[in-house]
Parts: sequence; C-alpha cells; structure tokens
Amino acid sequence: MKPNRSVGIVGYGAYVPRYRIAAKEISRVWTDGHGGVPVASKSVPGPDEDVITMSIEAARNAIKRSTIAPQDLTAVWIGSESHPYSVKPSGTIVADALGATPFVSSADFEFACKAGSEALTAGMGIVGSGMGQYVMAIGADTAQGRPGDALEYTAAAGAAALIVGPASDSIAVIEETVSYVTDTPDFFRRADRPYPVHGNRFTGEPAYFTQVRSATHALMQQLGISPGDITHAVFHQPNARFPQAVAKQLGFSTEQVQTGLLANRIGNTYSAAALLGLTAVFDVAQPGDTILMASYGSGAGSDAYVMRVTDAILERRDRATKTLRYVEREYFVDYAVYAKWRDKLVMG
Amino acid sequence: MRPVYIAGTGMTAVAEHWTRTALSLASDAARQALSRSTIPHIDALYLANGSSAPLGLHQNFAPAVAHELGLTGIEAISFESAGAAGGLAIRQAAMAVAAGLADAILVVGVEKVSDFLDEHREESLALTSDTDWESLHGVTLTTQWAMLMRKYMHDYAVGISDFAPFPVNAHANAVANKQALYRFAINADKLKDASMIADPLSLLDSSTIADGAAAVLISATPASDGPAVRLLGSGVASAPVALHDRDDLLDLTAVRQSSQRALAAAGIDANQVQAFDLYDPHGIAAVLAFEAMGYAAKGTGTQLGASNAIRPGGSVPLALSGGCKARGDVFGALGVYQIAELTAQLRQTAPTQVDNCQFALAQSMAGIATTVVTHILARD
Repeated sequence: MKPNRSVGIVGYGAYVPRYRIAAKEISRVWTDGHGGVPVASKSVPGPDEDVITMSIEAARNAIKRSTIAPQDLTAVWIGSESHPYSVKPSGTIVADALGATPFVSSADFEFACKAGSEALTAGMGIVGSGMGQYVMAIGADTAQGRPGDALEYTAAAGAAALIVGPASDSIAVIEETVSYVTDTPDFFRRADRPYPVHGNRFTGEPAYFTQVRSATHALMQQLGISPGDITHAVFHQPNARFPQAVAKQLGFSTEQVQTGLLANRIGNTYSAAALLGLTAVFDVAQPGDTILMASYGSGAGSDAYVMRVTDAILERRDRATKTLRYVEREYFVDYAVYAKWRDKLVMG
Repeated sequence: MRPVYIAGTGMTAVAEHWTRTALSLASDAARQALSRSTIPHIDALYLANGSSAPLGLHQNFAPAVAHELGLTGIEAISFESAGAAGGLAIRQAAMAVAAGLADAILVVGVEKVSDFLDEHREESLALTSDTDWESLHGVTLTTQWAMLMRKYMHDYAVGISDFAPFPVNAHANAVANKQALYRFAINADKLKDASMIADPLSLLDSSTIADGAAAVLISATPASDGPAVRLLGSGVASAPVALHDRDDLLDLTAVRQSSQRALAAAGIDANQVQAFDLYDPHGIAAVLAFEAMGYAAKGTGTQLGASNAIRPGGSVPLALSGGCKARGDVFGALGVYQIAELTAQLRQTAPTQVDNCQFALAQSMAGIATTVVTHILARD
C-alpha cells in the first residue's frame, strides 16, 4: 500500500518505565529457578503508570522531535490491548494532555500487539490523502500475564509515538507498507478476563513466523528489494528468540537486527514493541539508511514498512530522551513488589 | 495358517502439521501404501488412533478414511486402544489374513494432536492409567515413568546420566530419517543441562507427541517391488493397570509375555533379532523393556547403552528411525509406523541401516505396559 501523496515520520518518541523484574526472579517463584527463561528482564509499570501516562510521555518526546505544535495534529490514535478503560477512549486524555484538542480526531485501536502499527497505517491514509497534515500514532501497553504462565516472563510495559506527516518534513520517508492478516486465534483475551490465553507452540510457526515472514516477503517483493538492501530491520519481539529466528529465516544478518532488538532487557512491550525498536534505530540511523519494520499482532497479522532516512534526522533526534537511555534506566524490583503493583494479590 | 506379508507401506513426516487434518494425513499415508502395491482388491480398512476420542476430535474414524480413499462400503473398523492401537490393528489384520478370512487389509495409523493445548493432551494420555487410583488424582504417564526411573536409580544405584545413551542414540539415528520430527544429534553433555520435566526425567529424555500417519498393507501375497517381508509372528499381553497392583514395579510383565508369544509364533530365538523398535518415550522405558525381554539381566539394562549395544552396529540396535524421542511419539499410530519403518530396514532401504538385517522386532504399548503388542518381521 502506498498513499497518493508521499508521507513519512516527522517526529518520534519512546517511553519505557524504569522498573524491571528479572525473569530469573519470576522463575524463582514459579519453577524453583529451573528451566530456561525467554528474556533476561522485563519492564514493569510503576503504580502510577498506565497506557495513558506512558503514551503522553512518548508523544511529548515525538512532538519535541517534530516541527509542529500539538494543535497541528489532525488525529491522536492509540493502539493498545491494555487501555485503562473498556469504554472511554485513552486517545481523548492523551490528546488533551498534549494540547491537541478540541479539533482533532481521536480513537483507540486494538489488534493485540500490532494495534500501534495499525494506527500508523491509518495515519498514512489521512496524511497521504491530504485530509490532514499530521497524525500522532501511538503504540502502548501494560501487558498482562497470568501468574506462573509463560507470558508472565515477558509481558511488559512501554510506549512509542510516531508522528506521520508529509515526506518533505520527514526524518524518514515511508516507501510502502503491506498488511497481512488471517483469522489465526493463537492468543486472545475475552472482554471480562484479566489475563489472555494462548496456544502454546501454535503461537510460533503458524502464527508469528508465518505472518511476519509473509508480510515482509510481500513488501520486499513489491519494492523489488532483498535483505541486502536494508540497513536496519526491526521485527515484533515477543521474546529474544523469535525476532532473531524470523530475521534468519528471511535472510537478515544479526548486525541488521541488533539495534532494534530490545526484548531481552525490557520484555515484550506488545503494541509498543516493534515501534520502540524503530525508535532505537532512528536514534542511531544515518541519512540514506533503509529501515524495515514488521509488527505482529495475535489474531493474527503483520504490518511491514520500508522507510528511507533523511538528513533531517541528524538535527531532530537529540531533542528528546533516546530509547536506549530509557532501556538502560533500570530499577529492579522483586516478585512481591511486582505482584503488589500489578494487582496480582487478590485480597478479601 | 497362511503366511502374512507386508505388501505396501506409506508414511507422512512426523511433525506439527498445523495446516493438515487427520483425514489428510491418514489418506496421504494410505495412498502411498496402495500405490506401492499391486494388490487389486482391499478387503478391509483398519484404522488405528489413540488420542482423537479422549481429545474430543473424532471417534470411529475408519469410515471417514475409507470414504476419502474411494473405498466407501468396505469393512472399516477403528482401533482405539491408546498407544497400542496401531500394533493391535496390525495383529488383527494379520490374524484375518492368516485365517483366510481376508486377502488384503489396509492398516492406517494416524494421530493429530498439535491443535490441542499441552495440559489437555497430557490429561488425555493419562486416561490409560487407572482412573480411580491414578489419573483422577493427577498422575500422568510421564510422572509414572519418572517414578519408575527414580526407583530404578535407587534400587540399582545408577544415575540419570546412565540413561543418556538412549536419547543420544535415538537422535543420532534420526538425523538421516527425513520423516523424523527432530533431525539433529544431541550428546550427553547437552542432556546434563536439560531442564527437568518430571525429575529425574529431563526435556531431552522425554519424547514429543506429534502428528503423523502411517499405512501398511497386510496381505496374503508379497510385494513385487522388492524383497518379500513377512509378519512372522505376533503376541499380545496385558498387565494390571494400576502400578500398585504389580508384584514388581520394575518388571514389565506384559512386555515379557507379548515378546515371548511373538517369538514363539515366529519360531525364532530372541538372539536372532537384529533390529528393535520399542515404545521408548524415555530411556527408562527402553531399559525396562530390554530387561523384561531378557536382553539384559535385571538392573543392568543401562549397560546396553553404555556398551553401545543399542547403536546400529551393536547387538540390540534400537530406534533406528529415531524412536519416540527423535522420530516423534505418534502414540496410537506408532505400531503402524514401526512396521513401515522396519519393512524398509529388512529391505535394506532404511535411512539408518543395520547390515543384512533378517529379523526385526516391533513393540508398542498402552499406558505403562498395560497392553503390549510385539511383532516379529522377517525378510523372506
């Protein structure tokens, strides 16, 4: 998919809570320390943090790195699977906090881990059609994992914000995108349930790998490019292994995916995961670099994008806190504190 | 009694077949077996499957497979005796052909388990243990093998690492088998680091249940496309289901009885067997089976591993296709896979081959050796 009018990313911002829990601390509680762990640690939202607060942090960083004022935004869209309210948009609170209200479109997106990139694709439509100049697309999550479940080791928190705007004003021009979606129920959470259920190994080959490979293949084919033409590749990262495995299957080298690989330290930030990887790449990319990003959401689907970095990146990226700075800002808590903060203690 | 021949075989890969149904796997294997034979008429189709009914997938599956194969109206029977289903279907087909009641029976074994969550699968498999005293209380087959291994280690002063040669051998043999689930070698060091599934059973000493189908054509006339392979004899035996009802926990009596009956029916001695395929989801299962059959004295079975006797060049070559550990554990289809694989072994066309193999033994079971079926195959 390609808009009539060339579009790109005019500003970007990241946010990751400072708190961490080590995966080994979780396995100490549930498996007596036995067995492997899928990541080294994951981020934990503080007691006063949620999708809305993290989205505001990331969005403010994105505004700082752009040439626009919040009032210039045509839309503020937030993709998440952990919106604080079932009914009442996160987007209005964030738009208000940014100062983008009242003449602004706002809504929340949900598509498991790819809700954020869905907002990005929709933003490309608004800007690409000329309906509006700038769209704030945010992916944010405070993901849930049932105590003791495999997901508890990785379900993390974070937010990434991307402002879509005209190519002429961009730090990276989006060349093309592909959305690949099938009804693949590998992971879901019913509306009234606190924790999701997943299909164990079904979440691997028939879900994540098939979708991410298919979207990325199709995009490279449409653009007539191969992995060798890409400087940095970022894949959705539910754990440390999956993105590296899919990169290898697609023919990318370890070097190509390293910069955007954050899961081992902060876990799976769900809707923010691929977008956060992209912000980490923006922090170090050089003008002329080509970036591929492929998100993944259970249910299932993958959105893939190819972008080309412009000269503007050199001046803009230092205007806000870099992604790696957030990743390196670690304060470890034990399982008891984590359980208290994440409402895992059910009393009375 | 007429001689019974293996007139055609077929197999799908053992894998997580996410995009295929049980019907697609079963008919694929069946068509392979039929295409390799010159038998003009099939009298019956015997379908072996252990997990579909307890998992809630299907029951009495034979007519569906018969219809899919264009054999609508044929005598189509389902064998659903858990892990022994395949071996028992082969046994019944052989009896019908030997008695002259049928000239050719197609036996198809199929399992489709990947679409179910681990807990559900484990629970379903546990139904073969004693309902009142075992499965109802959460006992699974894996935990029972683990308890037997723990007792064995205690009684005979052997360690976890003494069982390592069994999974190591299984993986080494599977490397050449294109139909195997795990085609990579492992070593004893890797086993040492493997995480525990049910202590003392580790991940690398535990088989993986996977999808697959195999088919064997049991016939009164041999195949024409290679050396004739005969089903020389078979034997079935049973044992108390609850482990506490057994006189000796480490004596798999049904293994001994079924193998003795099979060898007697075949008219050969135990030491004439040159290739073995057993139900070996864990090293302990193979150790206890070899001891029960008399290939090792009680308490010495692990030495068959240490001395390389189970390797392809040894005295009791085991799991030449990878066994349950590396080919994959196909549960009720195992007994059919074994006959297909050992037929290739006897025809000298197996991926991992024993030199000039004349006699082979296949053994499968339900539960912890509660029903055991043993077959002796021979190259004519």
